[in-house]
Amino acid sequence: MSGVYERRLLTEDRGFGLLQKFWQVPWGFALLICALAAIGYTALYSAGGGPEVYASKHAIRFGFGFVMMLTIAMIDIRIIARFAWLGYLLGIALLVLVLLHGNVGKGAQRWIDLGPLQLQPSELMKIMLVLALAAWFQRASYERVGNPLFLVPAVLMILLPMGLILKQPNLGTALITAMIGGAVFLAAGVRLWKFAIVLGGAGFLVPLAYEHLRDYQKARIRIFLNPESDPLGAGYNIIQSKIALGSGGLWGKGFLQGTQGHLNFLPEKQTDFIFTMIAEEFGLVGALGTLALLLAVVVFCFLIAFRCRHQFGRLVAIGLGTNFFLYVFVNIGMVTGSIPVGGVPLPLISWGGSAMLTTMLGFGLLMSVQVHRDVEFAAARE
Amino acid sequence: MIGHTARREEEHRRGIFTRRAIGLGLGQLGLFGYLAHRLWSIQQQEGEKYTLLAEENRLSARLMSSPRGRVLDRQGRVVAGNKLNWRALLVPEQTQDVAATLATFSKIVPLTEQDNARVERELRRRRRFVPLVLREFLSWEEMARLEVNAPDLPGILTDVGHTRIYPEGPEMVHLVGYVAPPAERDMDGDPVLALPGMRVGRQGIERFHEKVLRGRAGAVQLEVNVVGRVIRELDRREPLPGEDIQISVDTELHKKLRAKAKEGTTICVLDAKNGEIVSLVSQPSFDPNVFTSGVSAAQWKAWTATRSTPLINKATNGLYAPGSTFKMMVALAGLEAKVIGPHDRISCHGHLDFGGNRFHCHNRRGHGAVDMRVALKASCDVYFYQLAMRCGIDRIAAMANRFGLGVDLEIDLPGTRRGLVPTKAWRQAQGKPWNLGDNIIHGIGQGWYQITPIALATMSARLATGRAVQPHLTRAIGGKPVPGRRPEDFPSLNIPERDLQLMRSAMYGICNEGGGTAPLARLPAGYGAMAGKTGSVQVRRVTRAQRERGYSAERVPREWRPHALFVCFAPYNDPQYAISVVIEHGIAGGKYAAPAARDAMMTVMNHFRGLAPAGPRVAESRAG
Repeated sequence: MSGVYERRLLTEDRGFGLLQKFWQVPWGFALLICALAAIGYTALYSAGGGPEVYASKHAIRFGFGFVMMLTIAMIDIRIIARFAWLGYLLGIALLVLVLLHGNVGKGAQRWIDLGPLQLQPSELMKIMLVLALAAWFQRASYERVGNPLFLVPAVLMILLPMGLILKQPNLGTALITAMIGGAVFLAAGVRLWKFAIVLGGAGFLVPLAYEHLRDYQKARIRIFLNPESDPLGAGYNIIQSKIALGSGGLWGKGFLQGTQGHLNFLPEKQTDFIFTMIAEEFGLVGALGTLALLLAVVVFCFLIAFRCRHQFGRLVAIGLGTNFFLYVFVNIGMVTGSIPVGGVPLPLISWGGSAMLTTMLGFGLLMSVQVHRDVEFAAARE
Repeated sequence: MIGHTARREEEHRRGIFTRRAIGLGLGQLGLFGYLAHRLWSIQQQEGEKYTLLAEENRLSARLMSSPRGRVLDRQGRVVAGNKLNWRALLVPEQTQDVAATLATFSKIVPLTEQDNARVERELRRRRRFVPLVLREFLSWEEMARLEVNAPDLPGILTDVGHTRIYPEGPEMVHLVGYVAPPAERDMDGDPVLALPGMRVGRQGIERFHEKVLRGRAGAVQLEVNVVGRVIRELDRREPLPGEDIQISVDTELHKKLRAKAKEGTTICVLDAKNGEIVSLVSQPSFDPNVFTSGVSAAQWKAWTATRSTPLINKATNGLYAPGSTFKMMVALAGLEAKVIGPHDRISCHGHLDFGGNRFHCHNRRGHGAVDMRVALKASCDVYFYQLAMRCGIDRIAAMANRFGLGVDLEIDLPGTRRGLVPTKAWRQAQGKPWNLGDNIIHGIGQGWYQITPIALATMSARLATGRAVQPHLTRAIGGKPVPGRRPEDFPSLNIPERDLQLMRSAMYGICNEGGGTAPLARLPAGYGAMAGKTGSVQVRRVTRAQRERGYSAERVPREWRPHALFVCFAPYNDPQYAISVVIEHGIAGGKYAAPAARDAMMTVMNHFRGLAPAGPRVAESRAG
């Protein structure tokens, strides 16, 4: 038992060269990512009625993102863990900046204009939060995790960005941030009864919180409960989206043949509603196929987590996998009218530079976990 | 040692992590399953419903109105046509703010108070996706300014439509009618009526042949995007233009006749053989072109308040007692009932006393003993008082009905009045008995009669031909002649030719022999002989006091003067035209109506002399 462990250490000591690392990159995962980006290209080609409007730029962004992903994969995971707190502070700083100087989009301050890129700090924050929480829990033993005092700073680490995101205001992203943090907590071994207390408290507070929601947030929830109540207002998006999905049928209307998309009945078809373009033109087959590939990404994240020999990597993989899952679930749940409209893009497929950047950053980190799955961290403290 | 503890600790953490991660993963897998199920239910189970909704989204059917058929005169001249009309339309649902759009619009093309009121009214009445007309008859300059400013005018469309034009103005309006925007009662289920600027016929041929003239609307099925912009045309059904209607009136002739007719005069000219309406003059009339752009309240009041009733075609809707022109009916009824023979004489002493009343003859000295021909020629009232008493009103009425009086003539001019020839039953329906004395004045065409001028012309044509000739205006529909209008198509009246010939002969005598009441109706040589009958209808009872002071119809106020009537046909030997003339308050038939009828007859004959006689019917000329 100990012999195996020693040998692994020896292997590492002999030097873990760049070429060797490159070889360790999960190329199947990279291929899967490329496949999804290709679906995105196709859908955006259709949304723009040709490559020049959205699709080519999407491909270029993906290309840059892919290089960035591989670069990050080469960075030693221990260095990432050591500087996780710096990333977290950067994320908080950007959130504060967006509140002070951000660009207003749809009644909320969400964007920072960086010239060629419209950065959405809340997206970056989710990744940084996962890294920071993983770093926090990485050295903690099971007993330590059971200590409520040990958990207080971690909870604050979640609540601080949540509060800033709520202030934008962006209820959906704030909730998603909380869920990602919760997933890391869960995987780190936080006692289950503590979750029960938090959820119970939330259940008590929700009716109170509802009163303090902005009108558009209340409307969103009301319309979610009954979209037909306001067919030309806020419910319009959901109805048109469902019409697009439903009229696609089993095999779809064919590439570039979607009437809902091409006649502009679909709102924001190139961003949040891109999945409806796919479902309308390629039918249930195309929609389920895309969904399967997205599921495969999540499965890969979990496999990376299981294969990883250190807690930091495991937690990062679970956190980022959950982050990806939540993007997919909220987006497709929204276009199918299953959950309230949240304004969440579909990663790798939706149009948008900021989303592409953060998505590829996340994949780069996941690959780094995979490449450095066997590295030795300093021993966990009792 | 430390390494060992650490390793054990690591195994423990990993175990917990694995269990928790598997739980988390299964939860996420379950949610993926939920999404898949949602997709399946929307795309498979409800696919059909949503396919339909998607089709509804993209498809939009638009109606295209068809150009209205024209009305042509006997010679093919256009009497009701179409001209291009550039219009500005508003589609309320395509603009966020109707008021703002209208404000911007009125800065470019001014809208009057009247326009604004109308637009406001239509905005409330019409559905929001139906375009409504803001302004019609835009100039080129106004069109150009609208096009340039189109981005600031959401919901404003411009198009070119057709508008009705009547080149002859007031000349033909009583025959052709006019068009007006459809009212609720005009909605006959044809969706094209909802289109802006649509017009329906209101009178005359425009009304009678509404369906034929309207044609069938075309339809385009369009693919539209979310804001209603047309992406492409999917299907198109061309509109079927309305068919042209040719009428039997010759505009040039009609105008000549109208030019001579004074206010209150009605002249009906029929082709005695086939019943074609050669002309119907009803003075005064009005300009139908006014209706295309809307009639002002003041104009409408002016039309309706005046006694001369320009809006009414008096030839078909004016009701008069026929007076002495009715005497042929009484004579024929008497002959048929065999209550009198053609040579039986009745003495006239200038009056008839009955039931304590004295009924005067127009000749106060009396006509002496007169037979039927002389009685008609001299228009002896006493003869017909006596004859009517012998005959009874019901037989007279039956005879009058056979000649087209008091019955529906089924003329292709909507609203034509049926008129009234009283009977005992009619009087009893009013709860009053028919007195024997009532026969007396009804024997000379006075009393409760209500007869239209066109019915009098019809009577004249039937006297001339012995057939139940029916007056009609429509010659051809869409180039195809209307069948069943040859002279031999009309059934015989079954009056003995000898009796009819007696009437004709008497009517000849009236115009051409000494002692006739209408020497002024005599036609010059070369026109053939005229046969006619005068009539003067009192509109007010002449009292004994007036009579003793020496009553003269010429000296009483106009509205108290009798109406002057004349019915005739010519040429006597081969009757071609039947004419009735009614001059309201025209004093005396022989003195005023007869010469007017003679002039009309000469005008008609002169007009057609150069042309083919009465313009042969298309069908006849084809048949050879």
